Amino acid sequence: MNVGIEGYGIYIPRTRITVDSIAAVWGQDPNVLSKGLLVKEKAVADSDEDTVTIAVEASRNAVARARIDPTRIGAVFVGSESHPYAVKPSGTIVAEAVGATPDLTSADYQFACKAGTAAIQTCIGMVGSGLIEYGLGGGADTAQGAPGDPLEYTAASGGAMYVIGKTHKNSIAKFIGTHSYTTDTPDFWRRENVPYPRHGFRFTGKPAYFNHIVSATQGLFADLDVGPKDFDYAVFHQPNGKFPRNVAKMLGFTKEQITPGILVGEIGNTYSGASILGLAAVLDVAKPGDRILVTSFGSGAGSDAFSIEVLDGIEKKRELAPLVRSYIDNKEYVSYGMYTKNRGKLLMMED
Amino acid sequence: MERVAVVDGAMTSFGEHWNLSLRELAVEAGRKAMKNAGVSPKDVDALFIGNMAGGYFNGQEHLASLIPRELHLAPKPSTRVESACASGGLAARMGYLSILAGAYDTVLCLGVEKMTDLPPENVTSGLAMAADGDWEAYFGVTFPALYAMLARRHMHEFGTTEEQMAAVAVKNHANGALNPHAQFRFPLTVEKVLKSTLVSDPLRLLNCSPISDGAAAVVISKESIAKKLTDTPVYIHGSGQGSDSIALHNRATLTTLEATVAAGKMAFKNAKLTPKDIDLVEVHDCFTIAELLAIEDLGFIEKGKAGPATEDGVTARDGKIPVNASGGLKAKGHPVGATGIAQIYEAMVQLRGEAGGRQVDGATRAMTHNVGGSGGTAIVNILGRD
Repeated sequence: MNVGIEGYGIYIPRTRITVDSIAAVWGQDPNVLSKGLLVKEKAVADSDEDTVTIAVEASRNAVARARIDPTRIGAVFVGSESHPYAVKPSGTIVAEAVGATPDLTSADYQFACKAGTAAIQTCIGMVGSGLIEYGLGGGADTAQGAPGDPLEYTAASGGAMYVIGKTHKNSIAKFIGTHSYTTDTPDFWRRENVPYPRHGFRFTGKPAYFNHIVSATQGLFADLDVGPKDFDYAVFHQPNGKFPRNVAKMLGFTKEQITPGILVGEIGNTYSGASILGLAAVLDVAKPGDRILVTSFGSGAGSDAFSIEVLDGIEKKRELAPLVRSYIDNKEYVSYGMYTKNRGKLLMMED
Repeated sequence: MERVAVVDGAMTSFGEHWNLSLRELAVEAGRKAMKNAGVSPKDVDALFIGNMAGGYFNGQEHLASLIPRELHLAPKPSTRVESACASGGLAARMGYLSILAGAYDTVLCLGVEKMTDLPPENVTSGLAMAADGDWEAYFGVTFPALYAMLARRHMHEFGTTEEQMAAVAVKNHANGALNPHAQFRFPLTVEKVLKSTLVSDPLRLLNCSPISDGAAAVVISKESIAKKLTDTPVYIHGSGQGSDSIALHNRATLTTLEATVAAGKMAFKNAKLTPKDIDLVEVHDCFTIAELLAIEDLGFIEKGKAGPATEDGVTARDGKIPVNASGGLKAKGHPVGATGIAQIYEAMVQLRGEAGGRQVDGATRAMTHNVGGSGGTAIVNILGRD
């Protein structure tokens, strides 16, 4: 496969709310929660931010690193479970904002937390087949957890976008292979006209997250005849701090391989952005020749696994846009009251 | 009158069986039990099924028709009995009594519950139907809350401590770690129990048995048939049943479950035995306080002393009276309708000396104790190799 990453960019809102301050409202023991979830705080969109603004910021960073004329982008795919419109694409706004319009195709993806990797996978296919020269794909979310629901402690905002193109000497990385695993497993869902998702509690674990990530990853291993030792880094979907660490152990990866790609403890679960934000954090530190495994998970359910090899272009392009760490460190804490206001959780008079 | 014996039995592992339905769990346990007992469906005269809440948990009532067809037992008589978490124990007792009455020679007693199809809050609501609907559940009282009240009163009257209740969970997890059928096969520490999430003061998460899926079944026959089928029949020496007010507020005491006392007395009288004659007990530890109450109410430990006795190791596997060598409901899991049958299965395995790492050495007589609700029903059985 002669297709790779030409540019990557991310965005994480500045606003943070701590697990402790959410727990205080609901009368939960914050120590038990943060220890159980291995999450300290989460990033949440401010009152003027949504999935589209996040995707636009991330896309601008990605295009900056790609150093391409944006009109050469032939497709824009945005994955999210919190598209601001039920009908009207996020992708068109992103395409317009980065200057890719009008000669391109675009659509929005929805597949819970793996919509972002599905968007990237489509770009790989279209670039690989020669249908387009560059594709811009990824995921962004302003994930919502119902007040008081266990998900409220982790449902976060953020996103990552990738410019996909044919590889050359200045490419950032190359895709070696991808393997997906999909079943109808209803572990988490949100129905039409319902503000908050519902989930199957412990059912979201073993039969959903673990089964799909393990199966997709082992499928990729079999395709490429490789194993955990062939990778320098591994990134998994991270709905909390425990799941990616446990699945890594199940698959035979070490703490050293996974630590650089685990961001959930500091920013929460950014849903469609989660695994590819982890990948961006790894690209921020990787060296040419490094091999990276990325496996996403989306409820419903499916996983996309990718084997990626870092190329020489990473050294020159890395500094062309802000690093993940700079977004994580740039933060401002808000109270639960401010958070509910900003996230539109308050019933207003005009509602 | 011929004696009645357990010929053999089987159980599914207890836990989260995401891929198995109520029907499949029942079939797995029922088929294996008949196979282990060396009987075919034509040798079984009747089926007794214990299930608490198939209607609420699974949208399935009428198990008395659903299950015999799957086990090729139809058109034999089939009866589903319900007494909340004592449904399994009651199914076994009904099977036992039907043989004593001369109605049948061999029966299959099966307990099954499939609890993980619903979100936990719905399971909690379903289980609350075992309490007084008008005067307890209607006001939002859940089972952890009911047992928390029992715990508080025991602490108040006898000085029982949270550490002593935690010791129950620690002991049962130590046993459960050795049981291949157990839901939780890992050890606990008192400290870990005391630091776990508070559910209903003073009960914490690790004082509570889990939500589980599972099934268990035993084939029981009259002695003459049992002896032909197996070299190791386990006789039912006695069986007792007691009832009490469904609501806590109508009871004279909160530190004794009168249904347990009545069932225990009946079983001991039946068997012409006393607590001293029993080598191991499987009690209904849906919450750690429930085990303390049980071993007092059954006469193994003096009233008020179960906490210190547990801390002192009296109820450990190598203690004076081993309690819940299987891991109990706490570690083995508690698919409510299956629990009473699984207790009998454990007693059988122990009395045959087949319990592996959790074997109570030299056990010849065992007691099982199964409670419905907060003590509204209790079933006690005494089993023995002799």
